[in-house]
Amino acid sequence: MPTELSEEVVKEAVEQHEELGFEVIHEKSPVFYDRFERKSDLQGQTHYCPGCGHGVAHKLIAEALADLGLQDKTIFVSPVGCSVFAYYYFDVGNVQLAHGRAPAGATAIKRTCPDKIVISYQGDGDLAAIGTAEIIHAANRGEKITVFFVNNAVYGMTGGQMAPTTLIGQKSTTSPFGRRPSNEGYPLHMAELIATLEAPVYVERVALSDNKNIMKARRAVRKALELQRDGVGFSFVEILSPCPTIWAKDPVEARKWVAEKMIPVFPLNVFRDKKPEALTDTAPPIRPVREVLELGTKSTGADVTPHHAHHFKEFTVKVAGFGGQGVLLLGQLLTEMGMREGLEVSWLPSYGPEMRSGSANCHVTLSRERIGSPLISHPDVLVALNEISLRKFASQVAPGGFILYNAERLPADFTLPQARIVCLPASEIADKLGSIKATNMVMLGALLEETECLLPATALNVLRDKIKKVAMMEVNDQAVAAGRDFIDHYVRVGAVTQPDGFAG
Amino acid sequence: MAGQARGNISIDVEECKGCGLCVESCPPKCLELLPELNAYGVHPAHYTGVECTGCGICFYCCPEPGAITVYRRRAPAKRAVQGGFHATAL
Repeated sequence: MPTELSEEVVKEAVEQHEELGFEVIHEKSPVFYDRFERKSDLQGQTHYCPGCGHGVAHKLIAEALADLGLQDKTIFVSPVGCSVFAYYYFDVGNVQLAHGRAPAGATAIKRTCPDKIVISYQGDGDLAAIGTAEIIHAANRGEKITVFFVNNAVYGMTGGQMAPTTLIGQKSTTSPFGRRPSNEGYPLHMAELIATLEAPVYVERVALSDNKNIMKARRAVRKALELQRDGVGFSFVEILSPCPTIWAKDPVEARKWVAEKMIPVFPLNVFRDKKPEALTDTAPPIRPVREVLELGTKSTGADVTPHHAHHFKEFTVKVAGFGGQGVLLLGQLLTEMGMREGLEVSWLPSYGPEMRSGSANCHVTLSRERIGSPLISHPDVLVALNEISLRKFASQVAPGGFILYNAERLPADFTLPQARIVCLPASEIADKLGSIKATNMVMLGALLEETECLLPATALNVLRDKIKKVAMMEVNDQAVAAGRDFIDHYVRVGAVTQPDGFAG
Repeated sequence: MAGQARGNISIDVEECKGCGLCVESCPPKCLELLPELNAYGVHPAHYTGVECTGCGICFYCCPEPGAITVYRRRAPAKRAVQGGFHATAL
């Protein structure tokens, strides 16, 4: 293996030099892997073309990370483009994201791991074209990340198509006659654009065009990382970089082309260098998600019925009524109860744009097995909170199913479909108890008593946890009890309610 | 080969891609491309063996992470350079 051989050669050379009184002042950064495990026979060198600016940019970043002692806490986000393989080289945490989305991913990483150094490394096709929205908004939010924007004025990896940064008159495979402003617009100046925003703390454009500019780039890279280390804010370094292959120039000429053609269009400058200032707004404390959602702090009720055997394999309920009647809430309560009894559950709401007085319905599935689809075509139970819902959905109820209808009796012209119907004046009962809002609770009580799908004890537990208004608690409990009572006393099991509302 | 020059460099010929940027950048012009080809079929860079100052510019111009290693003659103890990072060039 030539690579093994060359590693030995380097090691040997270092030893020889030390004997002669020399010390190493520049060598491969420890931030790079010793070997690049990308292909079996090319583990000693990068995949970049000879003279590519990515290699130099990588070295500058690696050196800065090593010198600042940040290697172990760095997460490097690679883009789509030639530098997609950065994770083969940098011995740090690595993430590779969809085209242009590196700043969005970096935002998520930095916010969840605020003590880490998060680097978004992107090319011009990635950052300035498909990812324009992501970079603008990450910059505008002042995410405390560092973005290295490697600009070579073309799409390199895909074969040299025109990029937003392509120069006027520059030929590419998609601008074969040269870029014309009248047709393709002007080169996009990302550093200037970012610097118009208020949040970024550091924006600079550098170039890998000659020795002097490379050393300036080295300082800019270091500074951007120092700012992130100190938690100051969003830093952005645009690096003008040669692409000898696509530009069809030898590496030395390509570097000159950066100096002669690119720098006049993309002037090198520090566009923003803000002094760190204390933020005036105080952030809420960061707490674990479990704590924020109050998981585990409240009784789940799961221990109430550890071995309750449900009489069904799958039980589907459609709840329908006016918006504001508690249609969706009733469905949510059923799913929550099912969950606490160890069932698989789903809840699918459907409602119009009106919050109140529009029609609303929801589908609830309780199942002992995984649920394929939350959509229910033929529910086992229909809870119809108004006449419209009854007329609309009664025919959908599965044969042998059950309909709970909120009224004294069925409408005179309503023909009985295939299912059993119980009429229950839930609104009146709730009103007598003190709040018509408890209508859905009366229906819940009746539903539980009639179908025995879930335990009433679970219902009470769920109500305790979910209903925030203290005043409603007692009414709700009474309403559930009234609903159960109604089924117990007024309807005989298995009885079919007649159109006059009484069981036959 | 180290001679009396202040600096010295070693080049990993199997990592070098022969782009020639180090040759172009070297201030004392003490680098060249070898006429022979390496295992990947390119003319690798080579130190002519004289006049290296150990400035490190070739290192920063080289796009390969570990192709070039730069050395400098140890300073006498009393003139020891103070800490800091590798900064030397320019």
